Amino acid sequence: MQRTKFILGGLLILSAVVYLIASSTQASAEYFMTVNEVKAEGQAAVGKSLRLSGAVIGDTVQYDPNTLTLTFDIAHVTGDNKEIEAQGGLAEVLYQAVHDPSLERITIVYVGPKPDLLRSEAQAIVTGKLGEDGIFYAEELLLKCPTRYEEGVPEQASGN
Amino acid sequence: MLAEFGYGVLLVSFVVTIYSGIAAFYGVRSKSSALVESARRAQLLTFPLITISSLTLIYLLINNHFEVSFVYEVTSRSMPTYLKVTAWWGGQAGSLVFWSWLLAVFTSAVTLRKWDRDAEFLPWVIVVSSITLTFFLGMIVVFENPFTRFWLVNGNVEPSMFKPAASATIFTPNDGQGLNPLLRHPGMIIHPPMLYLGFVAYVIPYAFAMAALITGRTDDRWTRITRRWSLWAWLFLSLGLVLGGRWAYDVLGWGGYWGWDPVEIAAFMPWLTGTALLHSVMIQEKRGMLKHWNMILVILTYSLVIFGTFLTRSGVLSSVHSFANSPIGPFFMGFVTLTLVSSIALLIKRWPELKSETEMKSMLSREALFLLNNLLFMSILVVCFWGVISPLISELLTNQKITVGPPYYERATGPLFAGLLFLMAVAPLSAWGHSTVQTLGRALWKSALAAVIVTVILFVTYTQNFYALLGFFLVALILFATGHEFWRGARARQKAQNENFFVALGRLMGRNHRRYGGYIIHISMALMAIGILGIEIFQTETQGTVAAGEALNLGDYTVEYRELASWDSPGEGVNYTRAVVDIYENGVYLGQLYPRIDYYFDSQQNMTIPGQRSTLRDDLYILLVDWQPVSSIGATFKIYVNPLVNWLWLGSITFLLGLIFAAWPERDPADEAVRRKVTRDNRQASAAD
Repeated sequence: MQRTKFILGGLLILSAVVYLIASSTQASAEYFMTVNEVKAEGQAAVGKSLRLSGAVIGDTVQYDPNTLTLTFDIAHVTGDNKEIEAQGGLAEVLYQAVHDPSLERITIVYVGPKPDLLRSEAQAIVTGKLGEDGIFYAEELLLKCPTRYEEGVPEQASGN
Repeated sequence: MLAEFGYGVLLVSFVVTIYSGIAAFYGVRSKSSALVESARRAQLLTFPLITISSLTLIYLLINNHFEVSFVYEVTSRSMPTYLKVTAWWGGQAGSLVFWSWLLAVFTSAVTLRKWDRDAEFLPWVIVVSSITLTFFLGMIVVFENPFTRFWLVNGNVEPSMFKPAASATIFTPNDGQGLNPLLRHPGMIIHPPMLYLGFVAYVIPYAFAMAALITGRTDDRWTRITRRWSLWAWLFLSLGLVLGGRWAYDVLGWGGYWGWDPVEIAAFMPWLTGTALLHSVMIQEKRGMLKHWNMILVILTYSLVIFGTFLTRSGVLSSVHSFANSPIGPFFMGFVTLTLVSSIALLIKRWPELKSETEMKSMLSREALFLLNNLLFMSILVVCFWGVISPLISELLTNQKITVGPPYYERATGPLFAGLLFLMAVAPLSAWGHSTVQTLGRALWKSALAAVIVTVILFVTYTQNFYALLGFFLVALILFATGHEFWRGARARQKAQNENFFVALGRLMGRNHRRYGGYIIHISMALMAIGILGIEIFQTETQGTVAAGEALNLGDYTVEYRELASWDSPGEGVNYTRAVVDIYENGVYLGQLYPRIDYYFDSQQNMTIPGQRSTLRDDLYILLVDWQPVSSIGATFKIYVNPLVNWLWLGSITFLLGLIFAAWPERDPADEAVRRKVTRDNRQASAAD
């Protein structure tokens, strides 16, 4: 009798947790995509919660401090870590992406303070939605600058 | 020369550690006490060895030895000496050395102090700890050597430990890259060592648990020996988490303290299992139940600690924290899998011997509620784990990487945390063995009534938000119910012993540190919950650009921009831009705040330092976002009002006090028994008069 009660209670909790996880995952899932994938999906990608990563192109960064509107372009960077390693690491891939005009690019609009790490060849990870105008409206903006904190070999010119 | 010395000592300690593990293993298997003693001495030797190596590294850091690549990566000439010392754990290679050093310290502490008492366990503790230490030292020696130097080979700079070619010469850069400015904050300087102290200290309970499984001593001896270790480990881990939150709040400039970042979760997961363990070992000690469960918890905690170190250090997941990226990932995963599988295999082998001594009878008994508490912690763990691995899983299954953000965690853990709060109020009132709705209701109704009254008052005066009211109700319930427990205990003692109320309260608490320390921790959790509810539900923000003399409004606050100054501080390598703003609340002048932006030349990075005005009611948190060089338009500010967030830090301090109280050694029980006997004899003597 007691045993059944405990088992029932356990099952109840278990199903509650499964429900919580499933419903929360569904409600807040973001799809990781590369710039190429977004471009390929085109209108199908509009409206989905996306998480997009790419290389910041420094020349395109514009900031209007009156409206706190930040606009910049990112260039396609592969999402495959092995491929990144094969091409000489993230810093190298980002550098190549910025200097290769043949790669797909997408414009990001973000409203908020201009992040401290935003500069050319940084990796931007933006979360938000693609607008019908093809512009990506970001709600969250994360930046990584691998060049500075990865094991770097100093330029010879800086020494001796 | 020094670099070679440091590396050489590391190599020696690596070999010594391997020897100590193997010697302990064969010593205990062949019952050779000489071999075990030799293993113990070898183990004790690791501490001075790793210390010497660490000191060498610190010497190199302090003295700008930029030919050493680790020194080049984490220090620069402009950094003050204390920061150069703390750069020891500021980069990957150094922090692994730090980790190993802590493990050597802790294991030495265990083998040095109570060798005779725990002689049956300790050889195995040495084996387990040596395996762990061998892994970490191996990582350092082979992959993440902090003593690697730069060499000039045919005009190219190459990092290498030893001379790569006959013609190679040592290359010394002029200056280093410097520690990431974000990591130069005092909170960030002590946050990693606290976290690591907690991480590493959990190796000890795990080692004892494994020793218990191997030797077949499956009673609660291992939990009693390691009780205080678990408590201290938990203390440091908790402190590390809180300090990390405070650092984020003060430095990262997004008005929050916790972002459900994978790396934060990596440190949070062992905390969850550690907290569950802390509760469930009590059931094993009092009722002889949940023995399997405790083993599972301690194994999981250990695995999550290694996994957490790996996540924070390998950069496997995209995160604001991953300042590091390296090839050691697969080895970490391999080690975690290996230890997890072998621990579980060991547990399965001993499974029948870990049978419960009593059965759980009542759904409302203390042990049943503790079990429920454990299930809730495990549920939160599952939620977190799923969140962290969901990108990997979804990619495997659907070839589409799906990630979940903070809303997922908030939604999924919210009800679970609420459940925990409720248990915190109720469980201490239920009895061991058997409890009914009636007994529990009798103990709880007064507190529940008071909590309802508080909630009604809040509904009328403060907020109509349902979730906030529910949260405040639970908080009030904990505070009243726990307060009532203190009061009841002290009153009973006051009557029985005829003491002053406060003397009775003090002695009551002094007699049972774990229980009353635990209650203080419950109170601190309630206080923290106030802060979390405040910032999560009531945070407001605004932003705008204003010219000097103009103002921004948010709620009752008015922020008026006065002036801005920008200057270089060449000694520190920083450019400061500081705004001065006047703060008014409903027209009453409160003072000035100075939000600023620090620009670090060596790393070409900005750091946004908020201007904060903190009260128990709310925090006014102002960020300087941008400014115009010629004050044509003025400056841009982002302003947050974070209600009640200070309770979070107040709760953290209460938490610390409660934990120290709980961990403080009680008077020796034997001594105590003697004392009691004396007073009883006196009483009998006086009664006979």
